[in-house]
This record gives sequence, structure tokens and C-alpha cells, in this order.
Amino acid sequence: MGTAVNHTVESITNLLQQVKDPEIPTISLIDLGVITNIDIEEDQRVHIKMTPTFAGCPAMDYMKNNVEEVLAENGIQSFLVEMNFDTQWSSNNITADGLKALKKHGLAPPPKHNLIIDIDLLTNVKCPYCESTDTTLKSPFGPTLCRSLHYCNSCSQAFEQFKPV
Amino acid sequence: MRLEPTKELLYKMADDLLILGHRSSEWIGMGPLLEEDIAFASKAQDKVGQSLAFYELLEALGEEDPDTVAFSRKAENFHNATFVELPNGDFDFSMMRHFLFDNADALRYQMLGDSELEELSHVARKFTGELQYHTLHANEWIKQLGNATPESIERMQNVLDTALPYAFGIFEPSPYEDELISSGVFAGEAALQVRWLEAITVVLNETDLKLPNIEKIAPQYGGRVGQHTEHLQPLLEEMGEVIQTDPKAEW
Repeated sequence: MGTAVNHTVESITNLLQQVKDPEIPTISLIDLGVITNIDIEEDQRVHIKMTPTFAGCPAMDYMKNNVEEVLAENGIQSFLVEMNFDTQWSSNNITADGLKALKKHGLAPPPKHNLIIDIDLLTNVKCPYCESTDTTLKSPFGPTLCRSLHYCNSCSQAFEQFKPV
Repeated sequence: MRLEPTKELLYKMADDLLILGHRSSEWIGMGPLLEEDIAFASKAQDKVGQSLAFYELLEALGEEDPDTVAFSRKAENFHNATFVELPNGDFDFSMMRHFLFDNADALRYQMLGDSELEELSHVARKFTGELQYHTLHANEWIKQLGNATPESIERMQNVLDTALPYAFGIFEPSPYEDELISSGVFAGEAALQVRWLEAITVVLNETDLKLPNIEKIAPQYGGRVGQHTEHLQPLLEEMGEVIQTDPKAEW
């Protein structure tokens, strides 16, 4: 078993802060909310559960591999990373730090919602550049599944929102 | 409960998504606006991704792996409604199809969110969130085009009349309907159809489009039991071209 190191949920959480979203490098998977459970089992096996942001997100395998790599690189010999829909991801699961990280990347962060998406949630989104709400929804579908397209009438800037889902 | 009723339910949902996902992808580079190109590409990506989640549930129930199931079956082994295999036609027909199909699919997953089959309910709850963008997009376009000019209203009315018999085919009863309902897996196609008619009527009432007398509509059944139009087999051959040419190819 080599040297015995006692992992804790906290130490693993800190480690996984290193793993960033491959398309939005300012946000970690922890802050994105896709790591749904970390468990240290009796035999010290680290059991991590993940869930996709979108069923069709092509980056999920990549994210899972990155989690496995970081665990291995940090000397964790026994781990299991599972990806399933047992806990369903919603943009409400993004942490406060995560919302700030999205804005840092130039994306309007998603508003908290009650899981009902209507057109009001997508119109007058606050512009991440000038904070104006005089903005127009151009399309609910953007360059990736998690982004919508908007235009700011105040600063004449096209921008994207990380979609409320 | 026996596995066959659940498998039949999963296959028809997965096949609907896979086939309509591929039809949606045919709009890439052809959309009337760049935003619509992106919208159809995103819908395609969502639907194909969602079909994979169902094929994985089927694999866990003992069926073959998702790639084999998706790309190596003949048309007569597909359970999708014939509606989703019809060629895209113009933007009017494609948008009407999305409006009619996506509203049905969104309600289906809402209902399945309460399924006694836990894994299915988890997946359905996830899709319910994703599908809201599809119905939002389709509903807005139907309201736009159903109110715009005499030409747009006439064209949308024509495609509504053409599409409805096929849309009714979505709700072709399963041979296991009673078993699915009594076991709490799914509340059934008839209940879904009632809710769907209410939902599409709300949107159509905001337009100049008229829902025809539904009593007189003859549903286009057959897709759920493998009886397809001549349009499916060529689509499957195109989808499976890589795997048929080189079964070991990675993509």
C-alpha cells in the first residue's frame, strides 16, 4: 500500500480545484458543480461522482480523464470516478466563486431559477462588460450547448450568457 | 416487471432522438440565418447526446453497445415514429416538426420524471431542463411565422396540416401500454397525447393558424413496430457509412 496518506473530502476537494473546464479555464469543475459527490471509503478508496452539464456535452469524457489524471498525479492509488445522471446538474449548482469565474471569462453568469426556463430569464441579461440590462437575446443557442447569444444596446457589444438550465 | 416493455419504451425514445438529431444536423450550413444554423446544430447535438443516454440504459439491460445499436440495425428494427425520418423539406416544415415533436418530447420527460424506474426518472429530469430550450425556440418561431405575412401564415398552415397525421403517430400505443402504466414506469401514450394537444393549442391560439378537426385526422402509425417510409433506410446508410466501411474506425 506504500505510505499511508489519509485523504479527506476536504483534501480531495482542494485537489480538484486544479481541474478546470476545458472550454472555460477560469472555472474549476468543483465550482461548475459537476462533481456531485466525494466519498472516502473504508479502504481509503476515493469515490467521485460526476454528472454532465448537458447529455450532449462532448467535453465530459475529457473532464473525467482530467479528474483521474489529477488524482493519479497526486499519489492517490485507489480511486473510482463515475459519470451518471443520479444527481442532475443545473446551473443553480454553480458556486458563488464559479459565477465570478464565468464573468471573468466574459460570460454573463446564469441567474438562479426555479428550473422553469422562460423567455423572461433570457431577455435583458446583464451585460458582462458594462452592466447594462438594455440587452437583446439574439439566440437561445450559442457556440456551445451551455451558452446563449446576446447583444448589448448600451456598449454595442455582442456577448454570451452561460445558460440557466 | 418484465424487461421487454421498458426496452421497447427506451428504444422508441432513443430512436426518435437519434433520427431527428441527424435530420437536424442536415441543416448545418443550410439555415436561413447563421443563428438558425447554430440552433439546429445545437438541437442535433442535444438529441444525439440524449439518445446515447438511453442506449446506455439499454446496454445495462443487456442490449448491444450504443454504437452497434445506433449504426448497425436495419430500418425494420428501428422504433422511431415515421414523423422524425421524413426529409427536412423547407424551413417551414422543419420548424413545424420541431414544434410538434419537441413539445411532445418535453412533456414525455416531464411525465417520466415521476417514473418508478429510478434510473429512467433521473435521465428524464435532466432532459426536461435541456428540452426547455428546444420548445422555447420552436414556440417562438411558430408565433413569429404564424402571425407574420399572408404567405408565412399560409405556408405554416399547410405544413401544420401535412405534419399532424405524422405527429399523431408519435403516440402509437405500445403493445405493453397497460403493463407500463400499471407498473408506474410511464403514464402512457394516450395521457401524453392529451397533454400535448393542450400545450400546442396554447401556442397556436396566439397565431393565425388553425388546428384542423382532430377527429378527422388518421394517425400515421407503424414506425413503432418497424414499418417505415422509404426515407429511413437511405438515412441509416448515410449515418452508418463510416462504421460499415471500417468497423474498427475510431471517430
